[in-house]
Amino acid sequence: MSMVRKNAWVLGLLALLAVLLIVTKLIQPSFGATGLESLARAALPFAFATAGMAIVVIVGGIDLSIASIMAVCGVTAAVLMQSMGAVPAVAITLALGGLMGAINGGLIVVTKVPDIVVTLAMLFVWEGVALLILETPGGTVAPGLRALINGSLIPFLPNALLVIVIAVALVWVPVRRSKLGLSIYAVGSDELAAFRSGVSVGWTKVAAYALAGVLAAMGGLSLIMLTGIGEPVPGPYLLASVAAVVLGGVMLGGGRGGLLGPIIAVFILRIIRTILTLANVDPNVTTIVEGVVMVAVVMLGAVLTYRGRRT
Amino acid sequence: MSRTEPQALLDATGVAKSFGAVRALTDASLHVSPGEVVALMGANGAGKSTFVKIITGALRPDAGTVLIRGKPAQVGSPAQARRSGLVPVYQEPSLIPDLDVADNLRLGDTPVEPFRHWVSELGIEGLRLDHMIADLPLATLRILDLARAIAAEPDVLMLDEMTAALPTDLVEKVLKTVRGQADEGRGVIYISHRFTEIQELCDSATVLRDGRTVGDLKIEAGAEEQVVELMLGAKIDLGKAAARARHVNEGAPRLSARGLAVAPKVTDVSFDLYPGEVLGVVALEGQGQDEVFEVLSGFRKATGGTLEVDGDAVSFNHPSQAIAKGLTFVPGDRAEALMRERSVRENIALPFSARLRDWGPLKGRQERARVAHAIEKLQIDTRAQGEVQRLSGGNQQKVTIGRWLAHGVETLLLFDPTRGIDVRTKRQIYPLVRELAEQGAAVLYYTSELEEVPLACDRAVVIFNGRVVDVVDAADADEQTLMRAAYGLTEAKAAS
Amino acid sequence: MSDTRIHAEAAEERGLVRLGRFLRDNPVIPLIFFLILLIFAHFYIVMPVRTGRTGALSAFWVNNLIKFAIPLAMLAACQVLTMLTAGIDLSAGIVATIAAFVCATLSPLIGVPGAVAIAMACGVVVGLVNGFGVGVVRVHPLIMTLGTGLIATGCLQVYQRFVISTGTLVPEFLVWLGTGRTAGLPNGLFLFLPFAAFILWLMRFTGFGRLLFALGSNENAAKLSGVKSWQVFLALYALSGVIAALAGLLYLGMIRTPSLQLANPLLLPSVAAAVIGGTSIFGGRGSFAGAIVGALILRVIDTMLTLLQMPEGARIALFGLIILLVTALYVRITGSR
Repeated sequence: MSMVRKNAWVLGLLALLAVLLIVTKLIQPSFGATGLESLARAALPFAFATAGMAIVVIVGGIDLSIASIMAVCGVTAAVLMQSMGAVPAVAITLALGGLMGAINGGLIVVTKVPDIVVTLAMLFVWEGVALLILETPGGTVAPGLRALINGSLIPFLPNALLVIVIAVALVWVPVRRSKLGLSIYAVGSDELAAFRSGVSVGWTKVAAYALAGVLAAMGGLSLIMLTGIGEPVPGPYLLASVAAVVLGGVMLGGGRGGLLGPIIAVFILRIIRTILTLANVDPNVTTIVEGVVMVAVVMLGAVLTYRGRRT
Repeated sequence: MSRTEPQALLDATGVAKSFGAVRALTDASLHVSPGEVVALMGANGAGKSTFVKIITGALRPDAGTVLIRGKPAQVGSPAQARRSGLVPVYQEPSLIPDLDVADNLRLGDTPVEPFRHWVSELGIEGLRLDHMIADLPLATLRILDLARAIAAEPDVLMLDEMTAALPTDLVEKVLKTVRGQADEGRGVIYISHRFTEIQELCDSATVLRDGRTVGDLKIEAGAEEQVVELMLGAKIDLGKAAARARHVNEGAPRLSARGLAVAPKVTDVSFDLYPGEVLGVVALEGQGQDEVFEVLSGFRKATGGTLEVDGDAVSFNHPSQAIAKGLTFVPGDRAEALMRERSVRENIALPFSARLRDWGPLKGRQERARVAHAIEKLQIDTRAQGEVQRLSGGNQQKVTIGRWLAHGVETLLLFDPTRGIDVRTKRQIYPLVRELAEQGAAVLYYTSELEEVPLACDRAVVIFNGRVVDVVDAADADEQTLMRAAYGLTEAKAAS
Repeated sequence: MSDTRIHAEAAEERGLVRLGRFLRDNPVIPLIFFLILLIFAHFYIVMPVRTGRTGALSAFWVNNLIKFAIPLAMLAACQVLTMLTAGIDLSAGIVATIAAFVCATLSPLIGVPGAVAIAMACGVVVGLVNGFGVGVVRVHPLIMTLGTGLIATGCLQVYQRFVISTGTLVPEFLVWLGTGRTAGLPNGLFLFLPFAAFILWLMRFTGFGRLLFALGSNENAAKLSGVKSWQVFLALYALSGVIAALAGLLYLGMIRTPSLQLANPLLLPSVAAAVIGGTSIFGGRGSFAGAIVGALILRVIDTMLTLLQMPEGARIALFGLIILLVTALYVRITGSR
């Protein structure tokens, strides 16, 4: 009973996703394996950004700089791959992402300036860093890496989706099962009670931001895997990730939710775009609709958080 | 270490702590021997909570020592205090609301089997470890917190108002279990307002007053009177109640509450407040008076009962509606009411601009005159008026009252206006309150310091456990009577 | 011995605190000092290093400095006003761009007055949506204004497709305001001086101004005094939208070619100018005079960086660091948020 109730939100999201997939199929009867593949590919960077954002929101913070970290990691990997193999380049990029996240978290803990302000400033700092590394789009991406997210090894299960699931699981599952994962939820849920239960609040925050950084680095990598070059200007991932996190059942304010819900939410938000495109809606209008949906979701989240705090 | 003469488990001596200019503790001490349950008692503002924070490692003392089993306690964080053998159970459970029980145990490295044992020992049946903490009732949480503390096998257990919010059957089990812990050789510090429990459970009591330990006594028959006396002590003279004609209420009440309820704390509060009257509210901490004031000032909706202002039924959604009806509120925590980094003038003049129609140009001259009047009336020290946070506590409190003085007072709701301020300011506040009443204002006056009641009030309602249990004539109520009433003792006697 | 040292330390600390307090109360004086210092550094250090000769302070240089600081200072007004309530307006840049673009494209169609009116109305609409989200739904201003900015960008792109063939016209008087000079000073001051006077008056001498400080300083105290905060937020963000639109129109006159990105790059500097000018991002404290000097300082830094051929990335990162540093210092000095 508790299992169902705990996961009711996620199950609901899955049902919604299924409905939307059927709607898509109805609008465009030819929608099939290729359609799924391109959907999963487009969702890649959003999914990683959202997973990272979800972790910092769970710990009770927010990371406005997530898109900028993705940009830095994307260009770094693209530049590195000009002179070295894909594997060391990817490893260095992931470490760099973790480091940038840890710097964000460290600054929050040390300066005692609220998360939202620190990461707003860091949004610009990391954006500047990305431009310093690569002023105009460039660099290269190992072809093997790009092939990774194409096609479907298993029918109707796009490789891009597998990449998302495996990569996020590799980062999150061990953490979730360790004491660090507990601490992350504890700090986000009730900082004072966590402190009294013996949790090191500062280190937990730094770790959560570092994890978000690693996931953002994966997002950056997926960006260059999609386009083939490094792009120093941050993409529209901030609001999209916040909206997906809220829709995915993670309360702004922390302590609740997981990573599965937000990732399903990413697909829901992406598929809305697909449907609008298939319905021949002007892509710019699609952007507006998407923006309105995201703002509405965030508003709903604010109302729920506000209510939650009052009771 | 000799076996025959056991060393004290906890030994705190000469503990002092100041916050800026405020001396919260001057010389507090507490000794707990193995097998002993010590009640730590003190009236509001005696320094109890600061002392508890120091013992548990949340604060560092300025002077004095805290020894646990003869070793200096590693204070610095609750985690360290725990490691050195002291486990506190706080009034608000320190369990993580969004984790289930098992995860909470894992977080604090609590062994599961002993925990389960103690939970069922304490009378909670059918607890599942996958229950979310947020879904459990408060009483259960407090029991879980206690079980978790006992399962950690501490040398000293500290329980803060452990039985508050517990139903009677659980209270009995808790008392029995705690007694059992002491009998096994542990030390227990028991903080409570409830004499009956203390009598039943504790071996001795340590009484704090004005930041120092004023007495250690054995709990035996009649100890209750002694404790009350110690807690009150020889008070600083707050001035005599000015000889005044006894106020007689006539006409219709300004404010009339009938069966006011705010779930879950307030169940039945009724009173009438007349123009020209200062009506005191006597209550221990957390008996529901906070909620009553919040309802009257428009911060919260009542869940039951009726409220009438000048005969009209009212229900406020926002403080602006209460203000429109003449109900103005001075909260107990000054930080809630003041804009710390703004000037005295801006703080006092804030309500002038509140309504949409007052958003235009400031009426400089009129504002200056009204603010100056309030400042003069209250004798606010204006040397540091550029920023309210640079004023002393007393002057800050005067600013919060001055705001409504400048605005015009019909019904003033004062919630513990003298909390933590100096005697001189207190002496200025009582006549002011009286004067306001004489000019026709109705004043509702909650105070945590009982000796103020005869000084400032005409009548007083006593609230205990969310209900008005008594109405007393304030002018001739002595402090002993009031304190007994506040502790619900009169009620207990009336019942028996 | 050690006693005197402790006393000395205490005195020093008190001195430091007092200095911090003084700077907080009068941010404009040290800021002007800093501005002059920067200008000196520009002419006597940066110019010699780059060009091998010291520069001279010319009327032309000053004119240019002020001219380009004006739209920045106007957008900084949006940030100062919203920051007073512990908010921020990240849609200001895009609103300015929209106003400029709408005005330039509608002028040939419906005439200048109508075009300007519609441009301003766009600012009001975005502002009202922001105010609704922040004041009524209580979304964090950062997220809310970011979201409306995104939606507004989409709207602008859709709009652009409809007017793609109509051509653009930059109204004459905007060009005059944006590029003309009178007595060696930019004509923009004809708009800016009354504007600045209005903002300063609004902040200090009106009930609305009081409430902005009150909401940022202690929203509970404001509520206790009967303030309905949603009304204030709605009016505030609408006002911020109007100011941003106005700044966009002026900027249009200055640049003379409307684009879909026109004023967007001014957003980050506008936040930085407000923060440098002593406005606390946590609310309750702020000064528009300081923000004006802050805008001038940023322009000088900008010219210096350009002269040093500093890449764009370094500039953005530097502005971000300035915001973080000033805020952290503020938290440090006051010991509070």
